[in-house]
Amino acid sequence: MSVYVVAAIAILVSIALALSRALMGPTAYDRILSVNAIGTKTVLLISVVGFMNGRPDFLDLAIVYALMNFIGTLAVLKYFKFGSLRTGLSRSSGGKN
Amino acid sequence: MEILDLGLDILTWAAILIGCFFVIITGYGLLRFPDLYSRIHAGGMADTLASFLILGGLALQSGLTLVTVKLIFIIAFLFITSPTATYALAQATFVAGLKPRVDEGQLDDTPPTDKVEGGKD
Amino acid sequence: MRLISLICVTMAVWLLFSGIYTPLLIGFGVFSCILVALIARRMDVIDHEGLPVQLGANIVIYWAWLLWEIVKSNIDVAKCVLFPGKYLEQSMFTVKVSQKSDLGKVIYANSITLTPGTVTVDLHDDEVMVHALTRGTADGVKSGDMDRRVTKIMREE
Repeated sequence: MSVYVVAAIAILVSIALALSRALMGPTAYDRILSVNAIGTKTVLLISVVGFMNGRPDFLDLAIVYALMNFIGTLAVLKYFKFGSLRTGLSRSSGGKN
Repeated sequence: MEILDLGLDILTWAAILIGCFFVIITGYGLLRFPDLYSRIHAGGMADTLASFLILGGLALQSGLTLVTVKLIFIIAFLFITSPTATYALAQATFVAGLKPRVDEGQLDDTPPTDKVEGGKD
Repeated sequence: MRLISLICVTMAVWLLFSGIYTPLLIGFGVFSCILVALIARRMDVIDHEGLPVQLGANIVIYWAWLLWEIVKSNIDVAKCVLFPGKYLEQSMFTVKVSQKSDLGKVIYANSITLTPGTVTVDLHDDEVMVHALTRGTADGVKSGDMDRRVTKIMREE
């Protein structure tokens, strides 16, 4: 039993725990936090599975997933905060738009 | 060279197992902590040390190739993007009016009852 | 100056990611790097914030120190998850920041968020609101050690 299998199982267990928090979270922000954490763990899982199958090319997918996860979290948060994706970030004083 | 390979394997096992420990602790903390602000702290653990240890352990196995460079890039991306996302989440929560529970003492197991409606300014 | 360093950085990233070194693909790489640099100059984002080359090697030393802080505070938070009755003690407070520029403030606030156990909730003009999980992590921010280090690497004494 290689170390990659152990790591993949541990990450899957953690994803299951985070998913249960996403299902029963009392506020919407709990769910966003859980989805963000699941995304980070998915990056780890893709890397570990790629090494487990002897195909480190999966790391490209992991890089793309890390960036997509970040942008997706910010987009969802902006939508919840302003009700629309179109308006600018007007609350802060320093931003240009 | 045999000794060196064995040492690298042992280091990889140690790094990945400690990383797995922190990943599971993260999931458990997400499930267990009483309110949102403390769950943010628990989620921050998977972004920082756990990903650093697991990806570092993979980098020890892959040797000095382009794969290692990609792993270092993933670590750098996670370390730059995760505090930004966490700050955006914390500030959106704070602006939406969910006040943190500031306590001096014991953890009670009752879930927080305050809900946020909408979240618009 | 910054334009040339941006082209060098993007070209290095291209070479490290592609791994296929035929003349055609390297030509594509050079073309797209120059295109990206021109678009970035037209968008006016190549300034001291978009490409902070003035920080130099100091920030590497700071990252090493920050990594050690992250390890310590991770152990704190893990203890807090396992034994919440003993360690969990949330607090919320504001501290002053001593950096002048926006870049220094952002580096400081992101460093606070990056160490688990403390999260930046709000960043006003010159004070930052921090939510801390345990008493130890709260004292770590209140002592101002990280603040001094960030000010030192920004050379804003």
